[in-house]
Amino acid sequence: MSALLSINSLQKSFGAVVVADATTFEVAKGEAVGILGPNGAGKTSLFNLITGALRTDGGTIGFAGRDITNAPAAARCKMGIARSFQIPQPFGGMTVFENALVGATQGAGLPGSRAQAHALSVLEDTGLIDKANMRAGALSLLDRKRLELARALAAKPQLLLLDEIAGGLTDAECGALIATIQRIHAQGTTIVWIEHVVHALLAVVEKLIVIDFGRKIAEGAPKAIMDSAEVKEIYLGIAADA
Amino acid sequence: MIIAAIGVLILAAAPWWAGRAELRLLGEIYLYLALAYLWNLMAGYAGLVSVGQQAYVGFGGYMLFALTMFGGLHPIAAVLAAGVIAALLSVPVAALIFRLKGAYFAIGTWVTAEVFRLSFAQVSSLGGGSGSSLPVNVVKSLAASRSGREALSYWLALGSAIVVIACVYLFLRSRRGLTLTAIRDSEVAAAGLGINIWRTKLEVYVVTSAFTAIIGGLIFLQKLRISPDAAFSVNDWTAFVIFIVVIGGIGTLEGPIIGTILFFLLRETLADLGTVYLIVLGVLAIVIMLKAPKGVWGLIRSRFDLELFPLSYRVKTDTPDKGA
Repeated sequence: MSALLSINSLQKSFGAVVVADATTFEVAKGEAVGILGPNGAGKTSLFNLITGALRTDGGTIGFAGRDITNAPAAARCKMGIARSFQIPQPFGGMTVFENALVGATQGAGLPGSRAQAHALSVLEDTGLIDKANMRAGALSLLDRKRLELARALAAKPQLLLLDEIAGGLTDAECGALIATIQRIHAQGTTIVWIEHVVHALLAVVEKLIVIDFGRKIAEGAPKAIMDSAEVKEIYLGIAADA
Repeated sequence: MIIAAIGVLILAAAPWWAGRAELRLLGEIYLYLALAYLWNLMAGYAGLVSVGQQAYVGFGGYMLFALTMFGGLHPIAAVLAAGVIAALLSVPVAALIFRLKGAYFAIGTWVTAEVFRLSFAQVSSLGGGSGSSLPVNVVKSLAASRSGREALSYWLALGSAIVVIACVYLFLRSRRGLTLTAIRDSEVAAAGLGINIWRTKLEVYVVTSAFTAIIGGLIFLQKLRISPDAAFSVNDWTAFVIFIVVIGGIGTLEGPIIGTILFFLLRETLADLGTVYLIVLGVLAIVIMLKAPKGVWGLIRSRFDLELFPLSYRVKTDTPDKGA
């Protein structure tokens, strides 16, 4: 089993706040991994380090056999890493279709008509096709989250990083989103998913990693992790000896 | 489209129907319009809020004088050459000031412009600090008669404004334009989608600088006299241009047109009042920034879903499997 993403002794702090402390893990090709941890544990920072939005203080990041620790963000996207943002970052002045088109032309590097076809198919997959001509700034929260997913998919990623994409959605909306993500995963895309909505996460992922204060405190099969006392204490606030 | 073409034809015929003063005013309006489009592309789309574009206006003006007086070039060739030299010069300048972010970048551009001004003030063959006039033989080489010269510089101004607007429009419509608009809306998301932000901004900065120098050359071809203070005036070539773009609507293609019209309406009606005129401009700018941050065009667009320049890619709803 070859690792698509390998994180090795990653180090990052902002002053006294440590967001990554000797973080080490691997994600195999085709795997779906969930990341859990309390607010401020360093989950989003981890994504920022993987995508190149932040520079590491130490350690290495490998992707598809290459060391990308110092590669610029745009280059990492072209290699096949795409993400959704926890707080949606739509290109507000552009239409939904144009948002997806940016991913298709820049991230996936597709030429004109094929980029348009791919952008449309992505909008269809994510249920945004009816809103293709709307200005992205006018979308509702659910549609903004969908757009985050659509835009990342438009870049044809090998590795898709999802940052709390189910947060703030109703149960019905969440169910539709899970089905979409399961479909993407079934097509062979590797997924790393940060989520507080645990049942959504458990419906998709094959492995869980738990982070607190920038440290990896547990890694393993979802059920074993959710049952472990340490995770319950840190994540659910239940005392370990209770 | 047809209305625009007829409008351009009527304007192109102005030397036959307008007086000398009107011709001069219209020429100035076109050059300001071009400067506003360029600054809007750079600041409104690429996020490069420069307050130092007078560096390139003045550089273009001085290159016109230097290349015609000492290089023996025809004035029009000199103006174009000024654009090329400015493009080359802007690369090392960008390498320096792109290290600065936000407000520091703005200050950096201003300092650069001051360096340009002080450098040209040292050149005694160009009149040093007091400046110089374009020699008669150079002026004559443009056209023999005075009215011929005035018509020619009018057409040059009109032509350059049309070329600048067309270039900005076509650029924004292209694939690179899509990336630039994406950068305008969210830099962090743009970088995450594979857009090389640094390179895109550099391209915009170089192209903008080259065109700004060409416009600068044309401005001083109209004025026939140059001095460091006039050439590198932050008020004339940057503050007024920012005013035009901000009240018209920054980051829109239509804004600079509206802004230019408003600016010249105000200037022609209020300029006799002296200082009061500048106070009115300042107050108006502050009110618009507070009440309508997207400018007059932003107000219009929020009421009606209107686009003078069709930029968006739209999906035709009757054929959902095909792109528009």
